[in-house]
Amino acid sequence: MEKLREILNETWHFYKRTLTLVVTGSSLYYAWCFSLMAIIGMGFLFYMRQHDLGLIATKMNDQVSWGLYIANFTYLVGAAAAAVLLVIPSYVYHFKPIKEIVVLGELFAASSIVMAILFVMVDLGRLDRFWHMLPFIGLMNFPQSLLAWDVLALNGYLFLNLLIPIYLLVKFYYRKEPNWKFILPFILISIPMAVAIHTVTAFLYNGLPARPFWNASILAPRFLASAFCSGPAIIIIIFQIIRKVSVHHIEIEDNALFKISELIAYAMFLNLFLLSAEIFKEYYSQTVHIAAFKYLFEGLHGHKELVPWIWSAMTMNVIAFIIFLIPQTRKRLTTLNLGCLLIIIGVWIEKGPGFVIPGFVPDPLGEIFEYFPNHLELMVSSGIWATGLLIFTLLMKVAIPIEAGEFSHVSYIERSFRREEEDQGWRKGTFKKI
Amino acid sequence: MLSLGLCFASFANGAGEEFPVAPPPMTEGLFPCSNCHASMEVNRKKRVLKEEHTDIKLHHAESMRWCLDCHDAKNRDKLRLYNGDLIPFTESYRLCGECHGFVYNDWKAGIHGKRTGYFMGSGKRTYYLCAHCHDPHQPKFKPIKPEPPPIKPKDS
Amino acid sequence: MLNRRYTRREFLRNASLTALGGLAIPLFSSCTKEEAEDFLQKHFREMTLEEKRRVIAKLEERYLQKYGRKFQISTQEAVPDTLWAYGLELSRCIGCRRCVYACVKENNHSRHDPQLQWIRVLRLKRGNLINLEDSEHYYNPDLVPEKGFIYLPVQCQQCQEPPCVKVCPVHATWQEPDGIVVVDYNWCIGCRYCIAACPYKGRVFNWAEPNIPREEINPSVHYLGNRPRMKCAVEKCTFCIQRVRQGRYPACVEACPTGTRKFGNLLDPNSEMRYIIDRKRVFRLKEDLGTEPKFYYFFEA
Repeated sequence: MEKLREILNETWHFYKRTLTLVVTGSSLYYAWCFSLMAIIGMGFLFYMRQHDLGLIATKMNDQVSWGLYIANFTYLVGAAAAAVLLVIPSYVYHFKPIKEIVVLGELFAASSIVMAILFVMVDLGRLDRFWHMLPFIGLMNFPQSLLAWDVLALNGYLFLNLLIPIYLLVKFYYRKEPNWKFILPFILISIPMAVAIHTVTAFLYNGLPARPFWNASILAPRFLASAFCSGPAIIIIIFQIIRKVSVHHIEIEDNALFKISELIAYAMFLNLFLLSAEIFKEYYSQTVHIAAFKYLFEGLHGHKELVPWIWSAMTMNVIAFIIFLIPQTRKRLTTLNLGCLLIIIGVWIEKGPGFVIPGFVPDPLGEIFEYFPNHLELMVSSGIWATGLLIFTLLMKVAIPIEAGEFSHVSYIERSFRREEEDQGWRKGTFKKI
Repeated sequence: MLSLGLCFASFANGAGEEFPVAPPPMTEGLFPCSNCHASMEVNRKKRVLKEEHTDIKLHHAESMRWCLDCHDAKNRDKLRLYNGDLIPFTESYRLCGECHGFVYNDWKAGIHGKRTGYFMGSGKRTYYLCAHCHDPHQPKFKPIKPEPPPIKPKDS
Repeated sequence: MLNRRYTRREFLRNASLTALGGLAIPLFSSCTKEEAEDFLQKHFREMTLEEKRRVIAKLEERYLQKYGRKFQISTQEAVPDTLWAYGLELSRCIGCRRCVYACVKENNHSRHDPQLQWIRVLRLKRGNLINLEDSEHYYNPDLVPEKGFIYLPVQCQQCQEPPCVKVCPVHATWQEPDGIVVVDYNWCIGCRYCIAACPYKGRVFNWAEPNIPREEINPSVHYLGNRPRMKCAVEKCTFCIQRVRQGRYPACVEACPTGTRKFGNLLDPNSEMRYIIDRKRVFRLKEDLGTEPKFYYFFEA
């Protein structure tokens, strides 16, 4: 009981101190946060309009019933799964350069999952009935429905990716050794969990015989391969920004970034290989199921909205693969960053709209409807991306000073001790600034 | 042998079976036909009618038959089966069934033609006669105007 | 003097708590008792008889207010020993769409914004039946049938192994004992996973609050069938559950001018459907997907 009281006290004290950290910063920090909050506000207003009118405010309809929201959801779950590429080198192989930054990577995964969950929430027609999906309180269709599995997997992964970094950070803040017997099992579980969340998301699509574009066994490996390209690419870019912008001295070595980029090279190869396997199967067998592929890559009966998008995505992916493959381009920061940007955008197109929309074209009765998101969907989506970025920024604002050692309980004690002395001096009238 | 054959014949053309048919689609004001025909002479010559019933164009095996092969010559209020039996208009399906046997079996089972109302329990049910859908003089279905298509969603 | 030093921390703590509290107020203040009841309404299959009666009474009052008509909302259960199936004689369909609009009227569909129709008639060129990719949905000639084409009406096939029931995350859709797959409109969360899972496009979504003209409303409804729905709930053909459980033919069967549509109980050996399956060449759409639909298409002999 006493131990619990102590833990609660420590956590509350930690929370109060982090609040101060979060609301003070440079003018760049304020500008960034306030612009993000403006975008979030806009997104929220547009969402309210969608809430009032119904989903008819979007461009989705009976033929293409999932659109930009679910496309973003798919991409973000993949980005979140990528944290495992940091966890494995640090905790299993004890690779020091990555070990310094693994906590930041896990917090990135947490923000990514929050974004994914938000995207599903705005896509629900009746968000007020969300409690129907909760186990025991509602009527969750477990284990038959893959969406039920997804809810459990995503929330479990979010819990892990908040518990582990926060536990380690709080322990480091108090300069106490973490209880590895307690936290290591959670860390090790998060590795198969990361694979699991993206496999479950892939199975969501995979298990529908009504949609031959998705009903391919290769879907789960493809998802993992593209996730392990795009997630680390975002991480590489974000860490370079942090390195530049942070006032605290955080050790993000170039070696860590190069190791991650090596992993991206393998993942991208796998991604391209699996894609070619799919293309061969469809174009060689020439069954009726080729229709969705034709729509995506060539256009079907004159409808070719997605064709320029997918070909740019393919080009970006191939160029990025070459950049990551050649050590000289991989180890130079300028080309590395170019490669990362190309992968982030290329995989987003390929896995988001380039995956969700062709599943619905043609629809099961052969009708073709070309979906393109409208203004409202774009605004709500930007709002959610901004929310994720804001959450990540705030988490970093706390995590980095702790990791850098400049924000800790020891320094707090020292400062409050000094203040006590100042106070006493003030009262006694013998005030002297120490 | 002959009696057995007759038995089968009457069973085959639905004698004894009752169906809840809708009233036959008679032209307004013409039934009962005996109002005019009881006092008229019977002219059994096969010809195209010029004085009355000129709106009826017979297009139903007209090279082989004409009016009095189906309508009884002496009693115009009844129809005439092949063996000479007279049937009311409410049982006209028996007459159609003489030539269209396969379809007649399907109609009796309910899978040809139209039935409305209740199919289970004691509620009211209505079977449509052959004549309700097929004009006996010109049975071929005429094309009709379709209802409007669904609203096509606007492509972006 | 001491106060001055702690003001900033105190202020931040109070501010964060007030913000949290402030956010909660609009959430709870706009909740009327009725909305709270709606929010907490149980799944239809879990309701006791008394709860069902209360829900029906509430709905009847609401519909009276909204549409000005006294509704009769039935919750009649499945008739024992029935398994409903549908037959459609393809040689006779002329593509006139009278079934589509009879269904719209009987089942209180939204007429516009969005326009919902449970039946869709496809036009296929002669020589092709299975590849629906070449079908035309929006044909609008002066007269039907058109030469060289055949017509294939499609609606929910009431599968025995329904993929939509498998994927619903909240059990909002299930198969009743008489074979009809139904939706509890008040339980559906609008995720549209079932629409993605249906191979026949049998399910449609209320993208907005439905628009039903008052004078065309049909007040004899079933809770799981044709009662007026709300926005963002999924709906589909229910074999006119309000009619068939009382032994009446569905509206589309009665509307068809060529007698194309047939309906019956598969468990009754004397029913029309058993006659068809025994004697005619029947097939079902997309049988290779293993959904076991109960919608049999057939041709003469």
